[in-house]
Amino acid sequence: MNNKNTGYILSISGNMISVKCQGPIIQNELGYILSGEERLKAEVIKIQGDTAYMQVFEDTKGLKVSDVVEFSQEMLSVQLGPGLLGKIYDGLQNPLTVLAADYGFFLPRGVDIDALDKDDVWNFIPIASVDEVVIPGQPLGYVNEGIFKHFIMVPFNLSGDFTVTDIVSKGEYKTRDIVARIKDKGGNQIELDMIFNWPIRIPIDAYKRKLIPQDPFISRVRIIDTFFPIAKGGTYCIPGPFGAGKTVLQQLTSRYAEVDVVIIAACGERAGEVVETLRKFPEITDSRTGKFLMERTIIICNTSSMPVAARDASVYTAATIGEYYRQMGLDVLLLADSTSRWAQAMREVSGRLEEIPGEEAFPAYLESRIARFYERSGVVELISGEKGSLTIGGTVSPAGGNFEEPVTQSTLKVVGAFHGLSRDRANARKFPSIEPLESWSRYKGFIDPDEVKYAQKILFKGNEVNQMMKVLGEEGTSLDDFLIYLKAEFLDGVYLQQNGFDEVDASTSLERQEYMFKKSYLILIAEFSLNDKDEARKIFFELRQLFIDWNYKEWNSEEFKHQEKLIDDFINKQK
Amino acid sequence: MKKIHSRIHSIVGDVITVRANDISYQELAQIKTVHGKSLAQVIKLDKEDVSLQVFTGSRGISTQDEVVFLGHPMQVPFSENMLGRIFDGSCLPRDNGPSITGDSVDIGGPAVNPAKRIIPNRMIRTNIPMIDVFNSLVVSQKLPIFSVSGEPYNELLARIAMQAEVDVIIIGGIGLKFDQYMFFKETLDKGGALSKSILFVHTASDSVVEGLMIPDLCLATAEKFALGGRDVLVLLSDMTNFADALKEISITMEQVPSNRGYPGDLYSQLAARYEKAVDFENAGSITVLAVTTMPGDDITHPVPDNTGYITEGQLYLRNKRIEPFGSLSRLKQLVNDKTRKDHRAIMDGMIQLYAQYKESQEKRDMGFRMSTWDKKLLKYGAIFEEEMMDLSVNIPVEKALDKGWEILGNCFTPQETKFRTDLIKEFWPK
Repeated sequence: MNNKNTGYILSISGNMISVKCQGPIIQNELGYILSGEERLKAEVIKIQGDTAYMQVFEDTKGLKVSDVVEFSQEMLSVQLGPGLLGKIYDGLQNPLTVLAADYGFFLPRGVDIDALDKDDVWNFIPIASVDEVVIPGQPLGYVNEGIFKHFIMVPFNLSGDFTVTDIVSKGEYKTRDIVARIKDKGGNQIELDMIFNWPIRIPIDAYKRKLIPQDPFISRVRIIDTFFPIAKGGTYCIPGPFGAGKTVLQQLTSRYAEVDVVIIAACGERAGEVVETLRKFPEITDSRTGKFLMERTIIICNTSSMPVAARDASVYTAATIGEYYRQMGLDVLLLADSTSRWAQAMREVSGRLEEIPGEEAFPAYLESRIARFYERSGVVELISGEKGSLTIGGTVSPAGGNFEEPVTQSTLKVVGAFHGLSRDRANARKFPSIEPLESWSRYKGFIDPDEVKYAQKILFKGNEVNQMMKVLGEEGTSLDDFLIYLKAEFLDGVYLQQNGFDEVDASTSLERQEYMFKKSYLILIAEFSLNDKDEARKIFFELRQLFIDWNYKEWNSEEFKHQEKLIDDFINKQK
Repeated sequence: MKKIHSRIHSIVGDVITVRANDISYQELAQIKTVHGKSLAQVIKLDKEDVSLQVFTGSRGISTQDEVVFLGHPMQVPFSENMLGRIFDGSCLPRDNGPSITGDSVDIGGPAVNPAKRIIPNRMIRTNIPMIDVFNSLVVSQKLPIFSVSGEPYNELLARIAMQAEVDVIIIGGIGLKFDQYMFFKETLDKGGALSKSILFVHTASDSVVEGLMIPDLCLATAEKFALGGRDVLVLLSDMTNFADALKEISITMEQVPSNRGYPGDLYSQLAARYEKAVDFENAGSITVLAVTTMPGDDITHPVPDNTGYITEGQLYLRNKRIEPFGSLSRLKQLVNDKTRKDHRAIMDGMIQLYAQYKESQEKRDMGFRMSTWDKKLLKYGAIFEEEMMDLSVNIPVEKALDKGWEILGNCFTPQETKFRTDLIKEFWPK
């Protein structure tokens, strides 16, 4: 393209510029501002007459009115292909480790580096054959990326039927080598390598149909899986005030959840938190696969001091990559921490556009944007008949810890499960600090719902008794009520709370949860013949200790069985 | 050849507009008025209209005053000679010393690549038990001190500055009262720490725009020292004044306010500063302690609230003491396993007992009967507050741990404390 569509800057305010342009402009089109030697990325977000309003993905310091803007005629896209796993990208898919190697401590401005190295070599194994008719999303072949089969598919950005005219034989190819040629109905040849681009703001839909999320997603956090379960392909949110442990909970999930691929979108949060993941994941082995955790993880990292517009893009970049791996028939988990920072990025942009503000100055379209983002999750039936899922979990950081604010409320409208964190529980060092009395889930868990309901009833009643005791004192409470209170405290202490820093207790498998819940349930329904409150307290204190010790024993080990016997003996003694 | 513009179009608040071409965003300009010169920074460009925020405020500016654009953004003239000196928000000397010449460093530089950060692992000793034992400060940490007006937060900052083992101390005062400014200066001078300190001071009587520059000046200077291998401690007081200055300018610029008048980008603005805290691999580090006063002791006020989401914990200063509840150093577990093996046990154990003391106290106040255990707790709480929490206590962490055991031995039997048996054998006072 020689005659590129160009324009020039009219005004600059913060990261927002307005550009006067000659040719046609596309909404969400990508443009480059030419400032001296630098080329700064910007995206069209509003068009009025011949003026385009663009958000700049970098610091705007030093830009001038009348600087030239070059339009790309493409929307903001990411590169999809083998080699994404294990990478650390910024919100625009620049590989941070490559930047670090080339530019040192600081993030340079106006640098555009290929997300996938064109010199990477993969062992391509063809599936499709010449003269076969293929459609977008259909695999032409695959390469082995770590433990996964990474399908090289007909790019989703094409449409219609194609005929394979040429496909390479099994062998080693670079990512940009041509591996297949296809032609459309008009006879136009298209050459395909292993990489293609997809615009991040548009959901990938190269599958047969979307299904209802039904299979349980095992996070290995007991309070979640047992009481407020998530479904594969479902959505959930974790709102909580600062210091309540949102990020720790996300980190635990990213380590232990039973999924194939985890995408961590560190969106506008502390860089320090990403560093832990970044430095430790390459050294931790995944107990299920025996491989390093990093080999199944992708980090999209746009921390709080990185440019705001790129923060907005980062969640979409993460969702697009998640959808792409779902197309391989894998179960993918996307963790967005924090969606509030993303919403704030929207607010900043909306403010600069001088749009009429909604509640707390968030734009009126906040709710629909949040809904659309979570809707990118789901279980899909692929063209091959296989199933893949993308589960989305987002943290929310409500201002002042008050859930009545727009981001939390808009999120609650669309998600399938709500894991609300409480400051009181965090202050009392009860972790994970998910509030059992307020949280909810619309998904089906794997534990008998009647038993779960009964356990929840105990928790509610126990809380009521506790409130009453604060007024009347222990003296004014009946022994029966007191027993309910103790049972609730017991369940909380031994089952809901989990020590994230203990190797064994940090993750509880499905079988173990079923087993442990059954045992705890026995205590909840048990009748105790007791003389007074002191005796009751003593018994429950001992029970608690026995169960907590049991939590720390490896599943089905000798110690585990021994501890179980101690518990059984103790229970029998009480009868 | 620098162009001179001598027609100021509008003056609103501390923001003026002139008509000019070929001006860069965030470029610096100088305004000559009959009262003297002032710097101004471009904050908006709209075709030919250039909006500038004037550092010394718009008072006394005439529409025909001269505006000269300098062709560069705000910079710090960095040099070793800055040590021991005091500057204002325009980076001009405030101590009657000569002005500094050196390499010019742009303020508000780019963010550190997260891939180049390392997990922090060094403790900064302050000799304040409530910090060292219970919420250890870690190199590269960013930690606010939440406080209400009237608390001795500047005294606390000055003490940390005097005692912390760091190479360079940079103090940034935003909206500082004159007597507090003198207090910092004299304390550092008396303690002999002035020679390794740099002060950037904006007092309450200076224009708000200058106050906006202080954190960036401090952090840009700190970054230069840190890249040169020095461990730098940046102390800022008070970041609520900084946020209020942001609010004032954004309202002047007719931006839509989000929460209680603060601009929608308050979080990003604060984060851009706090995130400068870093431990550079094979070089120095920046640690940031910043006072954030809470209007009306309200933690949900936008400034402390946004700060809490950005920083790695917080110290609560209340009733002239660092509160054990609410105070949190998120990084403490990275260092408190390296001091002494009883550190974590003392940290958790003493706070749990103190929490029980609070409950007993509440029960007592409501008129419930006090058991023997309650009485023991009441005794413990009083001693703990006096000998550990009091800000005047000044002992190294090892001594503080010994003191902890002494207090426990004074109040309880070993079994009552629920400490691990091996620790009790080794440390319980005989």
